[in-house]
Amino acid sequence: MNTIPTIAALEKAQLRSDIPAFRVGDTVKVHYKIPEGDKDRIQVFQGIVLKQHRAGARSTFTVRKVSFNIGVERVFPLHTPRIDKIEVVSRGVVRRSRLFYLRDLTGKAARVRDQKDV
Amino acid sequence: MNTKPGIFGKKLGFTQIFGEKGQISRCTVIETGPVVVIEKKSQDKHGYTALVLGLDAAKEKHVNKAQLGYFKKAGVAPMRTVKEFRCTEEFAAKFEVGGTIKLDQVFEVGQTVDVRGTTRGHGFTGVMVRWNFRGFKRSHGVHEYQRHGGSIGTNMTPGRTLPNLKMPGHYGDETVSILNLKVGMIDVEKNLLLIEGGVPGSKNGLVTIRHAVKTKIRKAR
Repeated sequence: MNTIPTIAALEKAQLRSDIPAFRVGDTVKVHYKIPEGDKDRIQVFQGIVLKQHRAGARSTFTVRKVSFNIGVERVFPLHTPRIDKIEVVSRGVVRRSRLFYLRDLTGKAARVRDQKDV
Repeated sequence: MNTKPGIFGKKLGFTQIFGEKGQISRCTVIETGPVVVIEKKSQDKHGYTALVLGLDAAKEKHVNKAQLGYFKKAGVAPMRTVKEFRCTEEFAAKFEVGGTIKLDQVFEVGQTVDVRGTTRGHGFTGVMVRWNFRGFKRSHGVHEYQRHGGSIGTNMTPGRTLPNLKMPGHYGDETVSILNLKVGMIDVEKNLLLIEGGVPGSKNGLVTIRHAVKTKIRKAR
C-alpha cells in the first residue's frame, strides 16, 4: 500500500471484495471480459498461479498454462473490473512464493501437488 | 497573458486508477486545497481581471504585519502560499472573496490541462547526467577522461567556445510546464485532482494546473 494516507485511501476505494482468496500454486480459472464492440465476451484462462504481486490496488497475479505445448503466461491486475470472476479449481502445495522453476519443466514434472493428495 | 481557468496545489504522489472499461491509467495525485479566494482584481480597479488564491493555512506569527492586514481585509486565515491567476471576468464572477474553490467548478474529468511545477534539483552535475552524454570507453587506454564531454570547440577560428554549449552545471530546480495532460479523476470533497501522467517536482511540491493552452482533441477511448 502507498504510504501517503490520502493516496492509500484512494487506492483502498478501488479494491474488489468479491475476489476469492487464492495462493501461489493454486490452479485458477480467470473469467476475463474482452470488450467487442458494445458487448463483452468472456474468455476463460485456466492455469497455475505462478506469482502474486501484492501492492494494494495495483496488485497483479501471473497465471501460467501450457497450450498446445507452448507455455503461456498472463499477468492480470487483481482488482480490475475486467475480471468477471475467479474460480479456484484446486489448491496446490508449494514451498516457494515464485514458481518460476515451472518454466524449465515440461510434462509430468511441471505439475504442482494438489492439497487433496497430501 | 494566459487567462485560462486554473488552480494550484501540492503534488502528493503517484497511483493508478481503473477506468470504466477496466483500462488502467497512471495518475499523479495533486491535493488542491482547500484553495481560498483572497482577492479579486478587476478591470476597473486594477486594469486586469485576476483571482488571488491562497493555499495552506499559516500560523499568524509566520506572516508579517503587511500580509496579515491583507488577509484580514479579505476575512480569511493567513495563508502560506499566495498566487495570482489571471482569468476571464466570467470565471472570476463564479467565486466570492473568502470562499473556497471546488475542483468541479474549474475542471471536468477527461479534459486536457497544462501543469507547471519546479523540477527536482540535482545540484551541480556532469554532462552525462545533465545532457545524457555517453562518456568515454572504460578501456583501450582511456584514463581520467571517462565521464568527460570531449571537444568544446575549434582552435583559432573562432578562438572561443560558442555559447549554449552543453557543459556541466546546475541541473534541475527549474520551472517546467507539461502540456496536454488529461484529468483522470476529481474528488471534490477531498480536493484531489488526478492527472494522467507525470508532473514535474518532488512530493509536496507546488504545481499549477490550468486548462490546456494548445488544446489537442483527444479521442474518447
